[in-house]
Amino acid sequence: MSESGSKAARVIEIEVLRYRPGTDAEPVWQSFRVPFLDDTSVLEGLQAIKDDLDGSLSFRWSCRMAICGSCGMMIDGVPRLACHTFLREFFPGKVRVAPLDHMPIERDLVVSAEDFVHKLEGITPYLVPREARTVEQGEYLQTPRQLEQFRQFAGCINCMLCYAACPQYGLDPEFIGPGLMALIHRYNADSRDGARAERMELINAEQGVWSCTAVGYCSVVCPKHVDPANAVNQNKVNGALDWVKRRAGLKGGGT
Amino acid sequence: MLETFKADVAIVGAGGAGLRAAIAAAEIDPGLTVALVSKVYPMRSHTVAAEGGSAGVVQAHDSLQQHFDDTVTGGDWLCEQDVVDYFVSQCTPEMVRLEHWGCPWSRKEDGHVNVRAFGGMKIERTWFAADKTGFHILHTLFQTSIRYPSIRRFDEHFVVDLVVDEGRCRGVVALDIATGRFVLIEAGAVVIATGGAGRVFRENTNGGIVTGDGMALAYRHGVPLRDMEFMQYHPTCMPGTGLLFTEACRGEGGILTNREGYRYLQDYGLGPADPWPRKKAMELGPRDRLSQAFWHEDRKGRTVQTPHGSAVNLDLRHLGEKKLRERLPLICELAQEFLGIDPADAPIPVRPAVHYTMGGILVDGRTASPLPGLYAAGECSSVGIHGANRLGSNSLAELSVFGRVAGEEAARCARTTPRVDTATLTRQAENAVARVRELVVRSDGRERLSTVRKEMAQSMENGCGIYRTGPEMQATCDKLAELRERYRGVKLDDTSTAWNTEWLNAVELGYQLEVAQAIAHSALAREESRGAHQRIDGFAQRDDVRFLKHTLARYGGAQAPGIGYGDVKITRSPPGTRAYGAAGEHAEAAAGAAK
Repeated sequence: MSESGSKAARVIEIEVLRYRPGTDAEPVWQSFRVPFLDDTSVLEGLQAIKDDLDGSLSFRWSCRMAICGSCGMMIDGVPRLACHTFLREFFPGKVRVAPLDHMPIERDLVVSAEDFVHKLEGITPYLVPREARTVEQGEYLQTPRQLEQFRQFAGCINCMLCYAACPQYGLDPEFIGPGLMALIHRYNADSRDGARAERMELINAEQGVWSCTAVGYCSVVCPKHVDPANAVNQNKVNGALDWVKRRAGLKGGGT
Repeated sequence: MLETFKADVAIVGAGGAGLRAAIAAAEIDPGLTVALVSKVYPMRSHTVAAEGGSAGVVQAHDSLQQHFDDTVTGGDWLCEQDVVDYFVSQCTPEMVRLEHWGCPWSRKEDGHVNVRAFGGMKIERTWFAADKTGFHILHTLFQTSIRYPSIRRFDEHFVVDLVVDEGRCRGVVALDIATGRFVLIEAGAVVIATGGAGRVFRENTNGGIVTGDGMALAYRHGVPLRDMEFMQYHPTCMPGTGLLFTEACRGEGGILTNREGYRYLQDYGLGPADPWPRKKAMELGPRDRLSQAFWHEDRKGRTVQTPHGSAVNLDLRHLGEKKLRERLPLICELAQEFLGIDPADAPIPVRPAVHYTMGGILVDGRTASPLPGLYAAGECSSVGIHGANRLGSNSLAELSVFGRVAGEEAARCARTTPRVDTATLTRQAENAVARVRELVVRSDGRERLSTVRKEMAQSMENGCGIYRTGPEMQATCDKLAELRERYRGVKLDDTSTAWNTEWLNAVELGYQLEVAQAIAHSALAREESRGAHQRIDGFAQRDDVRFLKHTLARYGGAQAPGIGYGDVKITRSPPGTRAYGAAGEHAEAAAGAAK
């Protein structure tokens, strides 16, 4: 916590890319010197700047424990969660903090999440039960093995680091992108779900899975080991099978 | 200049309770427009950080009666027993609903949902999705909400006031954080679902957004805040940051030891220290008792020292690598990445931190506040199920059960409430906007925002911690009065409008100071010890004669809150001895024999 700053023995330089709409014509670097301990995160460094040096620095944060997905930013050029990255890693050098790549900057370290959220709303991101069941009938049965088919892909915290990492998304913002490909796969691979056919259309569309050029950097930066590249890959396999079945005049969907 | 949006139901907060309310309202009447207003995107809400699980009776040898008993005993008899009855009857159906919507509950080999043990619980009834239960519930609800076209989200919109006309809540005024513009959202009914207020304390498990906003909004409009003195300290948190290590660590068999490796809880009425986990004993005792035991152990000098204060050991080593990765993956990740500890190799240092606000906006068993048209659900509310100490895994269940109730009730209310003249509401909204804008345009003032905030948080910890005394609570009350005065002299660095988070934080601090006052004054007036409110200044015992009462804190404007009391609904469980471990089993046997 920044409250414990008084015990700090060392001081690190944090360079932050600032952009204040209406004030700055373009983003500018600003440097701050911040005391830190071995366990001080980049987020806590930014909080110390806001508390003690410049209250006008804007960034999103909340949970401090890498689960809410708010504090994604470019840290020394790599998309990372600020709460989950420690200043000691960069000392005695400085650390440069910038907004996530590939997304419009709204202010300082705040980027627009609109494109991501809008796309999320369009991928049928919910369970469409294969068969109806009332609450009185109890839960759908699902074995641990069936759960394991999608569990990992359900772990996405929507932090958008993979979008900042994805070269294809940088070139073509229409691309659905790695995180949402993983979410599509999460539902498609769920034994309870019956809407796979409808999602496969998205996967096979121009901005779907075939846009991916298999760089795999999305999985490297993912803080929750969701492995979106793997989801994209599995979607490619399913997409190809789906295409073959459609050509053969079968009803599209499952494998 | 002031945009207006006409909704039927407006919901403030899009965490678990707000999303559940929105879905309920949309389901009950798809013709109603539901405005879902949140200062963050829904998936950032603090429900996301809940780890261990959510209660719901499923096992054949369990019963609603046992869930009722655990809840009421755990709450030290300050629960509304009729509301608890309704609550326990609805938990399991709500958990099943979440399952139908896709929540990836952990399963048994036969495909049925698995349950685990939690503290203060007689029989395993905690549904869990590994140790990311809140995360999965929140994402399931958010993604499910997308099905309903009548839900119109106002993401990253911050509510600065309610509009109240002729004694009825008629909507909310919200700041669009990205642009700095305001919108008046008119509604026939408003649901507050903004979560707790844990950030008023220094060391806490809560996200930065947990600032008591909705509590303050209702409070300023005359709705009492009930039982605010009961703040839950969770016993196993990371020193310094306060990050949570779930109670499921102990539910899965983890133990707590002091610097000598001794399971010290046996010295505090929680033994015997069986080598196997005994329910409602030792590490599976309730949160208030475990946090209190830490305090004593620390005073005896038997804790370990860390750079961020003293701690005890949460030892999970005997669970083994495989079980740890399967059942407690987030805990492993937190320990590894934040502390450099692999829980399979070494114990995790932990200490208590503020975790949960038991009290909140006074509502009845159907989530209605005394202000017509205003409802509340989830941690911001006091519907009456937590009493003086919340039972672990009852909060996710609460937001599911009462989120639904609030959505249904608000929809019903909206359909039957005639609309009023927009001009009246607009005038009120404009006044609210002017008040909030003043914080930015203020030319005088020298106080730094963070200084006031830090002094508040430190003072709350000093006066309203695990053990409390009259003089210390009085000092906190005095300090808060001083800080409210100084708050009026806060000068911001940032005078812009787009994404001015300093401005947002300033409004939040205004909310926090008032909620903190409600906590401190409620605490000072309660001259007894019960649940999470423990005094060591001559009021160490529970006093049912004077204080089997709910505290009601009423807003006093610039002055201190007025403190009053309300009755507790006792239906079939008269206050008894609250004992755990072997003593608890004896007490239960004796009570059983007497029946």
